[in-house]
Amino acid sequence: MTPFELVDWPCLNPDGERREEMALAFDRGRAHRLLVLPAWFDEANKLRRQTVEVMRRLDLSGIDCFLPDLPGCNESEALLEEQTIEAWRAAASAAAGHFGASHVLTIRAGALLAPAGLAGWSYAPVAGAKVLRAMLRARTIASREAGRSERTEDLQTLARTEGIELAGWRLGAALFSQLEGTEPAKVLTTIRQDDLGGAGLWLRAEPDEDPAQADALAALLVMGITGA
Amino acid sequence: MTADHHHLAASRGEIDRKLRSVLVDVLALDADRVAGFDADTGLFGHLPELDSMAVAGLLTEMEDRLGIVIDDDDVDGEMLETYGGLLAFAEAKAVSA
Repeated sequence: MTPFELVDWPCLNPDGERREEMALAFDRGRAHRLLVLPAWFDEANKLRRQTVEVMRRLDLSGIDCFLPDLPGCNESEALLEEQTIEAWRAAASAAAGHFGASHVLTIRAGALLAPAGLAGWSYAPVAGAKVLRAMLRARTIASREAGRSERTEDLQTLARTEGIELAGWRLGAALFSQLEGTEPAKVLTTIRQDDLGGAGLWLRAEPDEDPAQADALAALLVMGITGA
Repeated sequence: MTADHHHLAASRGEIDRKLRSVLVDVLALDADRVAGFDADTGLFGHLPELDSMAVAGLLTEMEDRLGIVIDDDDVDGEMLETYGGLLAFAEAKAVSA
C-alpha cells in the first residue's frame, strides 16, 4: 500500500494573496489525478476516514488523488470566520491547478465549490440552506437542553449581520448569508447514497468507516476515470 | 369509507417503516433492535446515542424521507420521549403536509 503524504500547496484567496495550506495526497505522478473536495464542518469529521479509505482504493487502481484543506478548516491556520464561498471556490480552483487535477469528486457540501471546467462527480450533494438548517437545529436543541430558548428565525437574523457559532463552528456573516442561497454545481454527475447501499456515514453520531461503501464508490470512480 | 381507511392504514405502515429506518441509520442501531421498538420504547434520555446533534440529524432526515417540515415549536420532550410519541408526531405531520 502506498502511504499517503501530507503536502503543502499554495492556496490563493480571491485577492490573489497566497497562503500555504495542507493536502493529503497519493501522488505517484500518474495521468489520472482526482481532486477530492471534502464534506464540511461536523460532516467533515464523520467522513474524513471514509474519504481516505476511498482514496486508498483509487491509489491501488492507478489514480492519484488529493484532499486539500479549505482555508479555515482541518489543519488550516486561517480563520473560519473570515471565509466566504468565493474564497473557498478560489482555493478549490487553486488546488485543482496546483495538483494538475484531471477530475473532481465532491463530497456532500463540497459540491458547492466545484471548480469550473473540471469534470467529475458529486457524492450525496447538499444545498447550503440544508447545511445551515441542520446546524441551526443542533444549536436550538442544545440551548433548550441547557434551559435557554432560542428561535431559529432570531438566530438567522443575527447570523446574517454578525455571524454565528453553530455546533462549535464560527461562521462569518458573509459565509452564512451566501450559504442560504448556494446550490450544488449541476455540471457534475451525482452519486446518490442509494447507489452505494447502506446509510450515509454523515448521519452517524461518531466517525466511522464502511468498506463495502468505499468499494462501491471507488468502483464507480475508477470506471468513470479510466473507462475500465 | 372503506377505501379511505385502507389507504390511511397503508400510509401509516409506510411512515412506521421509514421512521424505523431513520432511527437505524442515524443512531447506527441494529435493525433487529429497532424492529422491536414498541410505542413505549424510550428514546431521548434513554438511548445514549441520541444527543442533541443526533436529534438534529434525526429531525432533518425525517423531513427528507417523510416529506414533512418540522418547526422549532414542534420539538418537545413528549415528541422525543418514546417511539410511540415520535411516530404519532410523524403521522400528524404527514397528514397536514
